[in-house]
Amino acid sequence: MLEIRNLHAEIDGKPILKGVSLAVKPGEVAAIMGPNGSGKSTLSYVIAGKDEYEVTEGEVLLDGESLLGMDPDERAAKGLFLAFQYPLEIPGVATMTFLKAALNAQRKKRGEDEIAPADFIRSVNRAADKLGISREMLRRALNVGFSGGEKKRMEILQMALLEPRMCVLDETDSGLDIDALRIVAEGVNSLRAKNRAFLVITHYQRLLSHIVPDTVHVMADGRIAKSGGPELANELEAKGYADFAARPAA
Amino acid sequence: MPAVQETVDRVRAIDLDQYKWGFSTSIESEKAPKGLSEEVIRFISGKKGEPQWLLDWRFEALRRWRTLEEPNWARVHHPKIEYDELYYYAAPKKGGGPASLDEVDPELLKTFEKLGIPLKEQAVLAGVEGARVAVDAVFDSVSVATTYKEELAKAGVIFCSISEAVREHPDLVRKYLGSVVPVTDNFFATLNSAVFTDGSFVYVPKGVRCPMELSTYFRINEQNTGQFERTLIIADKGSYVSYLEGCTAPKRDENQLHAAVVELVALDDAEIKYSTVQNWFPGDKEGKGGIYNFVTKRGDCRGKNSKISWTQVETGSAITWKYPSCILRGDNSQGEFYSIAVSNGHQQVDSGTKMLHLGKNTVSRIISKGIAAGRSDNTYRGLVSAHRKAAGARNFTNCDSLLIGQECGAHTVPYIESKNATAVFEHEATTSKIAEDQLFYCTQRGLNEEEAVALIVNGFVKDVLQQLPMEFAVEAQKLIAVSLEGSVG
Repeated sequence: MLEIRNLHAEIDGKPILKGVSLAVKPGEVAAIMGPNGSGKSTLSYVIAGKDEYEVTEGEVLLDGESLLGMDPDERAAKGLFLAFQYPLEIPGVATMTFLKAALNAQRKKRGEDEIAPADFIRSVNRAADKLGISREMLRRALNVGFSGGEKKRMEILQMALLEPRMCVLDETDSGLDIDALRIVAEGVNSLRAKNRAFLVITHYQRLLSHIVPDTVHVMADGRIAKSGGPELANELEAKGYADFAARPAA
Repeated sequence: MPAVQETVDRVRAIDLDQYKWGFSTSIESEKAPKGLSEEVIRFISGKKGEPQWLLDWRFEALRRWRTLEEPNWARVHHPKIEYDELYYYAAPKKGGGPASLDEVDPELLKTFEKLGIPLKEQAVLAGVEGARVAVDAVFDSVSVATTYKEELAKAGVIFCSISEAVREHPDLVRKYLGSVVPVTDNFFATLNSAVFTDGSFVYVPKGVRCPMELSTYFRINEQNTGQFERTLIIADKGSYVSYLEGCTAPKRDENQLHAAVVELVALDDAEIKYSTVQNWFPGDKEGKGGIYNFVTKRGDCRGKNSKISWTQVETGSAITWKYPSCILRGDNSQGEFYSIAVSNGHQQVDSGTKMLHLGKNTVSRIISKGIAAGRSDNTYRGLVSAHRKAAGARNFTNCDSLLIGQECGAHTVPYIESKNATAVFEHEATTSKIAEDQLFYCTQRGLNEEEAVALIVNGFVKDVLQQLPMEFAVEAQKLIAVSLEGSVG
């Protein structure tokens, strides 16, 4: 589904990604772990198409189609979703308004009709109930005055509503207490499907005991340093990233 | 259909440089000679069959104006205006009070059609009950047609052109004209007093709630003709009126001066709501052309418990110089000012309000949202003052600016003066930028950059849009999006 080949990217002339290669199959949950500064978040931004990063080499393919020439909104319409580590606030824009605008923008790009208002409200309410998001919160301006946990739940709500095929979760566990973590993980697990893949980026193993990955990749100094199964996460939890951090830069 | 989607469609359909309303009609005009002189004023006054007192009033204004200097304190720049090179009067040759629509120049009707003015009575009559809007259409300088006069007359409301009011209701005009904005008020208002050509007159009698929203569309059509409208609205004791003003102008190369005066008078327990959506030609991509909008708007809460509310959405004009104000004279009177001022390209906006608290327990509220994009400059300038007798005066001001891009400027210049120790004034101000991260977040969810900007801006101005009558709010939302087109990417 998602294929990354020898990806190099830099910001302000400073190389961050130095040859990332990675493949995620449909239905797979892949985790990326790594120490701070290893390039994990940069990878998520480059996949999603954030302006300030320049790709100097390599390729990112979604179902065999190159994403690199596309604007972020086109990538979204192709089914790519990024759950932000720090979701942005949009003052004055009711959450419902934002959700509807986003959903219809994607549908339009795919040549589909706008969603019927009744269907829209039903979908949002269903997803919101699962995540413990109140109707009152849906009427408030998006993310404005939301707690850290509420913001993360709202990211998962958007993911559920937009039904992407490729979901990238950037440090979704950061700033969550254990209850919020469980709600968010359950939300993600309920979206696992044969034709949908996840790339879960995290610093800590704890998220992965709730969202059990199929594969685990360790990122260090802008590259995938090691790949393995779920057991790799436990190993890292026990030993830390010392082995990887100590490795000299190439 | 969500407003956002509509906004986006509108943005696609119109380019800033292909100003949709940039057409002009080829109706022959009858012009006064170029320049400003007693002869020209005599010509204008004569054309309108004005009484001597009004001619004298105009002469007095001209004498006064000759002693005044153009104000230079606003944060705007423009080439020197050659007042002697302007025409001060132009009227379509036909019209000027036709007995029926059949007598109206067909060219004119076509223009109104393009503007979407529901001039044809049958078309409007077919509309939804309650959604009726009376239109006093000002084409250049002469009011050509007025609809719904009869229905209004039944309620006792007078809604007509000011020229007609001078003829039909001279006592009212004489009593109130210049009583809020005196002849000597300021350079542009004084100029207007000398040469004003037409405008609207509204009188709502005691205890009457005006049965419909009153609406006037202004349109500048004659090249090189300054437009000098004069509007006078009087709400007698216990009455209510809502007045809408919207305008578009044809595209022109030369700058067009517009110096209108609007006077509102609210007597005891009366309320006036005055809404403006202003969309005059802002100039092309290089900043050429465009309207100079130097307007004096002032409301006098003359009676106790009276209320005047200004709501404006300003997206057009090359230069805007405009401070709709309230004199809170009556005890317990209220003044409100809600404003959205959008500037893009090379537009310059210096706008705000004055709230003058004279009476006891007077309350005012100012919500101003400035949005600057492109290479524009956007200044909020406001005065809140409490005089010695204004015990218990209260003001709340909230003044927010939003910047889009790197080359625009937003400025806030609040003046606060209190001569009464019991007055309570609050002032809040913020300046923010549409952050790259915010845009990226929205685009990651599937909105393109323009949709994202429109959404963020709509959120920013929401508090003010809510103050507009429904149909105006939708229009305003579209206009804002159109005005900001091309401001990102």
